[in-house]
Amino acid sequence: MRIVVLGKTSPMIDLSHLRADFPILHQQVHGEPLVYFDNAASSQKPRAVIQELTRYYEQDNANVHRGLHELSNRATDTFEAARKKVARFIGAANTHEVIFTRGTTESINLVANVWANQYLKAGDVILYTGMEHHSNLVPWQLAAKRSGAVVKHIPVLDDGTLDLSLLDSLLTEQVKIFTCVHVSNSLGTINPVRELCAKARALGITTLVDGAQAVGHLPVNVQEIGCDFYAFSGHKMCAPTGIGGLWGRAEKLAAMQPWHGGGEMIEVVTLETSSYKAAPARFEAGTPDIAGVIGLGAAVDYLEKVGIDTIHQHGRELTAYALQCMAELPGIHILGPQSERGALVAFHLACAHPHDLVEFANTHGLALRGGHHCTQPLMKRFKVPGTSRASFYFYNTTAEVDRMMDILHRAVKFFS
Amino acid sequence: MALSDDLRDLYQQVILDHSKSPRNHGQLTCDCVHVHGDNPSCGDEIDVYVKFSDDGSIADIKFDGQGCAISQASASMMTVKVKGSSRTKVNTLMQDFRSTVMGEGSIQDEDALGELQLLEGVQKFPQRVKCAMLGWRALEQAIQQAEEAKC
Repeated sequence: MRIVVLGKTSPMIDLSHLRADFPILHQQVHGEPLVYFDNAASSQKPRAVIQELTRYYEQDNANVHRGLHELSNRATDTFEAARKKVARFIGAANTHEVIFTRGTTESINLVANVWANQYLKAGDVILYTGMEHHSNLVPWQLAAKRSGAVVKHIPVLDDGTLDLSLLDSLLTEQVKIFTCVHVSNSLGTINPVRELCAKARALGITTLVDGAQAVGHLPVNVQEIGCDFYAFSGHKMCAPTGIGGLWGRAEKLAAMQPWHGGGEMIEVVTLETSSYKAAPARFEAGTPDIAGVIGLGAAVDYLEKVGIDTIHQHGRELTAYALQCMAELPGIHILGPQSERGALVAFHLACAHPHDLVEFANTHGLALRGGHHCTQPLMKRFKVPGTSRASFYFYNTTAEVDRMMDILHRAVKFFS
Repeated sequence: MALSDDLRDLYQQVILDHSKSPRNHGQLTCDCVHVHGDNPSCGDEIDVYVKFSDDGSIADIKFDGQGCAISQASASMMTVKVKGSSRTKVNTLMQDFRSTVMGEGSIQDEDALGELQLLEGVQKFPQRVKCAMLGWRALEQAIQQAEEAKC
């Protein structure tokens, strides 16, 4: 780790040497060096992860758990080793509490189907927040429709934090499940999930945290958070797309019925009936994304080598630097909290619609995201048609933020 | 840079001017057809209000909504072109405009398109075609509604 001194802020962590690990970053886009600031949508992959996928397919590829031959044994060992790594990385008490899924969306859907079908009944309340991603709204709305439960939400204040003054009136005994995003993908807000879950648990309410923007970006310990379920995606933390996980408290998982039926999740099958394995196998029917899981394991190895505290600190510093620079743009409205926030800045420029701005940025090699970021209710809440968003990861640099600023200043001139 | 040129083609001065100062902006309250159009994936919204004459020509038209420069400019330029035009003329214009932004098919009446041809830069940005077409799709629907009401 090197330290650079910047004019505008205190010494900053410089991880630019890690850029060499990411082949994709070294390219020109529309004639200019790529600046990839769309990490909240998907992160890039280090060579170590890409090579591990190749190694697995070239040397160990076979189905897991059911073979008795060497390749299957090797594949199974690496697959289960990845589960251990993930469990340790998120602070799970038990490796068997980690279920592999396609990502955050599938993880939430698992709970919103299996758990909800078992426990929700008409008149129960599902409590979420006004800053949830569609993937933590729609599954619950579907569950409410099936069960007759009602959905309620904690509103968002102007500064992008939750209106906790309403918590006592909303978090009542009628609530059967409380779910909340850990780090908002649209505002950057880091929610006090530990305090919220403690309050919910005291009332016997089941809790789920959407950790899509948190795992791999800041230290996550599910036991310290005290939730019952924690959902996350691999592709936002250097792993391949299509793999992610659901952590569930052992006693919750033990009481839950299976979701998908098929191979691997059963003990005994007759022509009339079947018995099921315990978690995690119970919830992993069929051949899993073996390569994806192994890639996720390699991603965890890589992130641990860099250090999650270092990644977190770098993100905070780079975001603070970006916020400081961006405040100077004429007609800018920055959403979300000014201080403690995840490594992203969503903003709206008075002179340009997000899609026009993102189009302009793209022609200069700058990858931003523009639109509603799958949080339509939040856009409505802040009365914006959408926002432009710059989201960072540890391989991004202050020099790249400077380039973004140059491009944004040019955009302001162009559209004004 | 070639792409920078494409960007300048996409956002020509006339287009930016229409997006900042849209013509025929607002609502019609009297006897008219109102159609709401949107692109849910990008959040662009448009409301088109059309007053038809007895012969089917467009007596008056207004629009409002929110969206990117392309969607708003295209709708503004559309209202200028179709106001006072006969149904046949509007139909030709709609087809020609579609061909212009999609970059396919033949143009029947280039002169009638006039400054709408400036939107042909959209061809190079396939994801923006739906922005350019938003107001036009609403107008097409308004014409359909007017015809159905007659039957």
